[in-house]
Amino acid sequence: MRGVLSDRMGAALLMAPLLLFLVLAYAWPFLGVVKWSFTLPTPGLGQYDALLTDDLVQSVFIRTLRIAAIVTVVSVAAAYAITVVWVRGSPAQRLIAEFCILVPFWISVLTRAFGWVALLSNRGLINTWLQSIGFISEPLTLVRNEFGVVVGMTHFLIPFAVFPLASAMRSLDDRVLLAARGLGSSRTRTFWTVFVPMTRSGIIGSALIVFVFSLGFFVTPAILGGGRSVMIAELIYLRIFQSPDWGLGAAISVVLVVFVGALMGLLFRYVRPKQLI
Amino acid sequence: MPTYRPGPVSLILAALVALFLLMPLLAVIPVSLTPSRMLAMPTGELSLRHYRSLIEDPRWLQSILLSIRIGIVSSAISTVLALCFSLGVWMFQPRFTAALVGFVLLPMVVPPVVSAITLYFLLTSISGFSSFFGYDTWLGVAMAHSVMTVPFATVLILVSLSQLDRRIDLAARGLGATVWERATRIIMPNIKFGIITAALLSFVLSWEEIGVTLFITSVNAITLPRLMWMGLRDNIDPAIAALSVILIIITVLVLAVRSVMTRQSAGH
Repeated sequence: MRGVLSDRMGAALLMAPLLLFLVLAYAWPFLGVVKWSFTLPTPGLGQYDALLTDDLVQSVFIRTLRIAAIVTVVSVAAAYAITVVWVRGSPAQRLIAEFCILVPFWISVLTRAFGWVALLSNRGLINTWLQSIGFISEPLTLVRNEFGVVVGMTHFLIPFAVFPLASAMRSLDDRVLLAARGLGSSRTRTFWTVFVPMTRSGIIGSALIVFVFSLGFFVTPAILGGGRSVMIAELIYLRIFQSPDWGLGAAISVVLVVFVGALMGLLFRYVRPKQLI
Repeated sequence: MPTYRPGPVSLILAALVALFLLMPLLAVIPVSLTPSRMLAMPTGELSLRHYRSLIEDPRWLQSILLSIRIGIVSSAISTVLALCFSLGVWMFQPRFTAALVGFVLLPMVVPPVVSAITLYFLLTSISGFSSFFGYDTWLGVAMAHSVMTVPFATVLILVSLSQLDRRIDLAARGLGATVWERATRIIMPNIKFGIITAALLSFVLSWEEIGVTLFITSVNAITLPRLMWMGLRDNIDPAIAALSVILIIITVLVLAVRSVMTRQSAGH
């Protein structure tokens, strides 16, 4: 009896500091944000009403969903292509693929966004080169629009899309592929009718991760969109710091959390958390 | 060993993706060598003036030192909290473990912008009582970074605990070791690699944190990413290109060393 009691005490003592820290520094202030959404500037549901009627907020929501959908499709397809080589290539190919996936993964989001500015801006690498070979006379507008945002976000999210795909491809039994080939299926047909369907859980997992990440993206759209292609996260920032309207910023945050929570619920119905690492 | 190798079409597509992934990292190199004061490609001569300005302009050095200080403090806080919590989970396997771990992981899965407004609320509330701890103070930033990094540290330590053989702990317990002795002399030495990794990852995440930092600082606590952000948004400063090149080189070197080390340990 004494042993059981001291076990519980020990667990409580060890786990309490972190739980207390997060309750005080995270859960409690989040409730404060929820309170803002119902009380600022006036008590009531006014801010949530504004979310449904305000044209600007509506257009930002629609743009965010559109960009997130495009980025998801492109990132997962690109990640699939490089993951095939990372998991099933020759040792040298695997090493190169790993380098190309992990180096960008570990480099800060700011540096990567800046790299795209250096490539895509009016006086950047691509425009300078195209002009020097006489292909164009006026620089192309490649940043400060949705194109730049999609490119930058896709670049950021490909490594995140790789990990669930790699885990699905690693657990695939090679004998299934050999059987398909042995029964006379061509390489291409084996890929599309056996390999791809058998990595479906990885595709769903990586698509949901990329989509969820895209919805709350802040840094890349703010830099590469140049204020012209505002997404939800940047709208929250602008509502808090530029046109002080804390209530609306808080209400958008609450809606975002609920939406992402629902998507995560969906994610864990399809994939077990362990498959994502 | 996979018997089914990617064909030429797969290799070409993967090469295109690889090129796309490396392109922006390579693009900063020529920009960092431009003699121009503005973002431009070097035309003809090359110059190291932007590397010099990193050393000569005190703002860069100050923010680097501040980022290191915040990184060390927040990494210490989050590693200690994560270690205690994970030991509690592993040693006692309390009820509701899944729910408690899920709660701890929240800052990792909630969209960063929502965590940012939450921490903004917290620190502006604290600022009402205290001038050295709250909005736009280095201690406030360190605490906010701990909130953001503690889920990652917890995951890493829990993963390394899950690979530990429970029987060594049962043996120690059977021989009469106290909870403290089991934790510090049996368990911790066996997961020290996981603890060090957790501390390093927490430091790196704090070092490059920008989403939350942007919400909770204005003029005093200017971390390195915050300063880079200012240089990117207003008038693009090529010194950022020089800094980016240095950060990319460090990352590549660290990854190369790590890969050689794992190769060697796998070889033995």
